[in-house]
Amino acid sequence: MKLVDEFRDRSIAQKIIRKIREFDFTKVNLMEVCGTHTMVIFKNGLKGMLPENVNLLSGPGCPVCVTSQEDIDKAIDLAKNRNVIIATFGDMVRVPGTDSSLEEEKGNGADVRVIYSPSEALKIAKQNSAKSVIFLAVGFETTSPLIAASLLDARKEKIENFFIFSSHKVIPPVMKALLDSKEVKIDGFICPGHVSVIIGGNAYRFIAEKYNAPCVITGFEPLDVLQSIYMLLKQIEENRAEVEIEYFRAVHPQGNRIAQELISEVFELCDVRWRGLGTIPKSGRGLKKEFSDFDAEKEFRPKIKKSKENPDCACGEVLRGVKRPTQCKLFRRICSPEKPHGPCMVSSEGTCAAYYKYG
Amino acid sequence: MCLAIPARILRIEGNLALVDMAGVKREADIRMVSNVRVGEYILIHAGFAIEKIAKKDAQETLRLFREIA
Repeated sequence: MKLVDEFRDRSIAQKIIRKIREFDFTKVNLMEVCGTHTMVIFKNGLKGMLPENVNLLSGPGCPVCVTSQEDIDKAIDLAKNRNVIIATFGDMVRVPGTDSSLEEEKGNGADVRVIYSPSEALKIAKQNSAKSVIFLAVGFETTSPLIAASLLDARKEKIENFFIFSSHKVIPPVMKALLDSKEVKIDGFICPGHVSVIIGGNAYRFIAEKYNAPCVITGFEPLDVLQSIYMLLKQIEENRAEVEIEYFRAVHPQGNRIAQELISEVFELCDVRWRGLGTIPKSGRGLKKEFSDFDAEKEFRPKIKKSKENPDCACGEVLRGVKRPTQCKLFRRICSPEKPHGPCMVSSEGTCAAYYKYG
Repeated sequence: MCLAIPARILRIEGNLALVDMAGVKREADIRMVSNVRVGEYILIHAGFAIEKIAKKDAQETLRLFREIA
């Protein structure tokens, strides 16, 4: 048992799809909030297997994609400092800012290093004590506790040249913002599995109870996604709106308490700006006062001109589920993974990249 | 970016574990999961274990797939 192959059985998939086809709806919109789900759906061709009345919408679930242009520009400005090493997850490097990108700055001599884990960033700081290492802390609830753990390690080991640029985001408030805007009709949510490992199923209860929107927390294998779609349709058919956990082999109603404690020891909720969605109250995480000596923004005060996005880029609408990438003027014509004009085409789990590769 | 992969624990030393992640051996920080043992499965995200995977629950999930299908 490797906990992977068994969840990809083609004959069971076909049987679940048959059950999905039996539902008699005119049209339902289900939103997958997580970018990793978007990739699973596209990579396995699940969209094409579903009946026409079941429409999957991709939401604001790619952390790099939802990072505001201001934050991208600030990260680029921080990289220009020759006493700084930028440590970042790979997807951030090619995101176009207003005038440049981290990749372009790297070409100009900036020290930008792609890492796999925040603990690697800490290691770089230890090995380069004459320089300041800034970790670009982009991510959702899944990633925030790891970064909190690394900051606590840095404090314990008295590493003084380690900083973070905090652009953490929180998922339930953005789901609420999408429902409040009423811009798109969302009949149910395929809730992010690994965010939910941390925050637990209970974190979505207000969505089910106040907004009457069914939620199913979903694993990342094709059968998980199909089973969750079936569970959502069943809730809709029976007029229920509940939080169900399909991914119960890893997700519990209360989430991971240790991880939650790590987050709340280091971070506090703050209002932040999301690409395409504007400022959403209490949807971000900033460093608590006690940890402000790790705050790259306070230490290095990045200066930016007025940030501008390409006016033809539809990333904002794509992130809200209002437009499909194919409805963007730039898509495929001048915007491609080789020459991306917006973050949804850069990120390996961006919706535009998924449509480009598999659509 | 919220990618996490199941891995089997091969060895534990304090807060660190050596794990087998789809055939690749890696080190993972296990401070966020309590009471884990060698042979058990954990979910690894960016070098950290974020949760245990209960084998019994994985089997139950597979049974549920077959049940609805």
